[in-house]
Amino acid sequence: MRSLVDSSIELRPRLGPTILASLWPIVVGIAFAVAMQLFVKPNINDYFAKQLLDIGISIVLAVSLTMVNGFTGQFSMGHAGFMAAGGYAAGAVCYYVSLRIWGTGGARGSILSGMPLDPSGLPSFAVGDLLFLGSLLVGGLVSALLGFLVGLPSLRLRGDYLAIVTLGFGEIVRVLIQQTEPVIKTAAEAAQTPVLELPIHVGGALGFTGLPKYTSLFWAYLVAAITIIVAFRLKRSTFGRAFLSIREDEIASEVMGVNTTRFKVWAFVIAAFFAGVAGGLFAHTLGVGLSAEAAGFMKSFDVIIMVVLGGLGSISGATAAAIVFTLLPEVLRDPLATPAWIVVAILGVWASLSGLAAWRSREGGAERPWVMKLALKLLIPGACVVAIYLAGKNGIDLSPYRMIFFALLLILMMIFRPEGLLGVREIWEREAWSWLIGGRRKAVAASPPQGGGS
Amino acid sequence: MAGADPQTPPMLEVRGLDVHYGAIQALHDLSLSVKKGQIVTLIGCNGAGKTTTLRAISGIVRPSGGGVFYEGASITAAPPYRLVRMGIAHSPEGRGIFSNLSVSENLDLGAYARSDHDEIARDRERSLTLFPRVRERLKQNAGTLSGGEQQMLAIARALMARPRLLLLDEPSLGLAPQIVQTIFKIIREINERGTTILLVEQNAHMALKVAHYAYVLEVGRIAMADEAAVLEKSDAVRKAYLGVG
Repeated sequence: MRSLVDSSIELRPRLGPTILASLWPIVVGIAFAVAMQLFVKPNINDYFAKQLLDIGISIVLAVSLTMVNGFTGQFSMGHAGFMAAGGYAAGAVCYYVSLRIWGTGGARGSILSGMPLDPSGLPSFAVGDLLFLGSLLVGGLVSALLGFLVGLPSLRLRGDYLAIVTLGFGEIVRVLIQQTEPVIKTAAEAAQTPVLELPIHVGGALGFTGLPKYTSLFWAYLVAAITIIVAFRLKRSTFGRAFLSIREDEIASEVMGVNTTRFKVWAFVIAAFFAGVAGGLFAHTLGVGLSAEAAGFMKSFDVIIMVVLGGLGSISGATAAAIVFTLLPEVLRDPLATPAWIVVAILGVWASLSGLAAWRSREGGAERPWVMKLALKLLIPGACVVAIYLAGKNGIDLSPYRMIFFALLLILMMIFRPEGLLGVREIWEREAWSWLIGGRRKAVAASPPQGGGS
Repeated sequence: MAGADPQTPPMLEVRGLDVHYGAIQALHDLSLSVKKGQIVTLIGCNGAGKTTTLRAISGIVRPSGGGVFYEGASITAAPPYRLVRMGIAHSPEGRGIFSNLSVSENLDLGAYARSDHDEIARDRERSLTLFPRVRERLKQNAGTLSGGEQQMLAIARALMARPRLLLLDEPSLGLAPQIVQTIFKIIREINERGTTILLVEQNAHMALKVAHYAYVLEVGRIAMADEAAVLEKSDAVRKAYLGVG
C-alpha cells in the first residue's frame, strides 16, 4: 500500500533525474536514426531501404493520428489532407529557396541525407540539411495552422461531425492542389516571380516534380522517434490524461475541470503538425511523385486502418501496425523476396509476448493448460504465414487482393477485438496481451465484488 | 444532523431556470436554494428533470432562461471546467468512470484542476480512507470494478477536487440495497466534514433520510419543498414516492 509520503514524492520529481529521464529517449532516437542511415543503409539493397523509409513515414502518420483518434477518441478522416498540405508547403519552401539561392533544385545535403560527402565541389556540408529541416518545420506549422482552423469549429461539436468535416477537408485540399500553377523550372524565371506567388506554382494536376531528394532513413527515423517520444510524453502527462479522459467520457471529463474543446483542438493541432512533417518527408523522397492524390481519402484510410488495428490509443500498437501494414503489400507481392528475418521477428515478438501473457495467467483455474492455449493462439498467424509462403512458392501474386485482406482483418477485428490489437495499452503492458489467453477474464474472476453491486 | 441556520445566505441559488431540449421544455421556472453545510435533495420520478437541473447548474446544458448563483455570483452557463475551479464538483449520472484508465488515474483526474501537490496527496489519502474498497483496487482498470465500487470511485474522484459544493447524480442507481446503505452513510460523513451536497435521487426513502431539506420535482416543476423530515411524513410524498399509505 502506498503511503501518503511516497505518493507526494512521486508527484514532485527532482529536476536532475527528470532532465536525464527526458533526455535519454531523444539521445537513443537520434542514435537510432543515425545508425539506420550510416550502418543499416549501406548493408541493404535499395528496394528494402525504400521499404524501411516508407515504414518510418507511416509510423509518423500512424502515431500522430493516434493522438487524435486514439487519445481523445475523436475521429479524424482527413489525415492525408494535412499530410499533403504539409508536403506541398515543405516542398515549395525547399525547392524555391534552393532555386533562388543556388540556382538549382538539386539537393545539397550531407551524408545524413544520403548524399556523398561533397556532391558538387561546393562547401555545402549540411547547409541543404538545414534548409530541409526548416522546410519540414514550415510544412508542420502550415499543417498545424490548418488543423487549428478546421478543428476549432468542428471540435466544439460532439460525435461524428469531426469525421465528416475532416473528410471534406481532405477533398478540399486535394481539389485546391489540382488548381495550382505549373512548377517553375529555371532559376531565372523563379527570380522574376514575386516571392509570395511562388507557393502557387506547385504543379497542379501534373504533380510537384523536381523536388530535391533529401529524405533519408536518418530523417525518416529521426522524425519517427521524435513523434513517438512526444506521443509518450503526452500520454503519460497530466495533459495526456486529460486527452484520455475525453475519450473515455466527455461529460465526466468536463466536470473534472478539463476544458474539452481546448484539449481536442490541441490534440488535433499537434497531430496535424506531425502529419505535415510526414508530408514533408514524403515529398522529398526519391522516387515519389508528389501529387494531389496524396491528399485523397484512400491515403487517410490507410492511416486509419493502422491506428484501428494497432489499438486506439496505443502508441506501440500504432507503430507495430504501421510496420506491418506498410510491409504487407510487399510481402503478399513476393513472399520469397522478403527478408525472412522480418517475418521471424514479427512472429517472434507475437509469440514471446503472448507466451508471457499466457504464462502469467497460468494460475487461476484455466480450463485448458496455458501451453495449449498459447499453441492455439499461435496457430492462426502461423497458418497465415504458411499460406502466404505457399502462394509465393507457386507463383501466385496475392498483392491485388491486399485490400480484401485488410477488409477481412478489420471485420474480424471489430467482431473479436473492437478496441484494436492492444487497446489503449502499450505492447509491454500485461493488460494489452492478457486477452490473447483470456487473462483479463481471469483477473476479474479472481477478485469477485464483495457485498453485491451491480 | 447539522442544524440549518436560517440567517446564512444560500450557497447555491437557482432562480427561475428554464431548460429546453430542442422544442421540448425540460425545466419550467425552477427555483431552489442550497444552504451552506446542508444536504439538499432533489427527488422525483424518471424524466422529472433532476439530471437536467444538475447539468444546468454545472454548465453542461445551457439554460434558456433564469439564473444560477453560487456564493453570490452568477454562474449561469459558465463552462463546467470553470466551476470545478470555483469549488463545485459534479459526480455525473451513470458515474462517468473512465473505464480504460486505472482507478488511480481516475483519482488523479479528479484533482485535474488543482496544482497543490501536497494537498492533493492528502485529499487522496482522505478519499481512500473514506473508501477502503477503492484503495484495494488502485492499480486495476476502473472498468473492471463492480457497480458499487464504481460509484464509490466516482464520489472519491469528485472529492479530489476538494469541492465546497458536491453535486451527486443518483448515487444509488442500480446498486444493491446493502451498497446503497454504505454509500449514503458515506455521503452523510462527507457532509459532516463540511462539504455542502446537492443530491439528486430516485430513491426518495434514502434521500429523505440523509437530507436536511428536500425538493420534489414533477415534470420539470418544483411540486413540493420542505424540510426533509417533514416531507418524509407528508401523505403526498409517502404515497407517490415511498410506496406507503
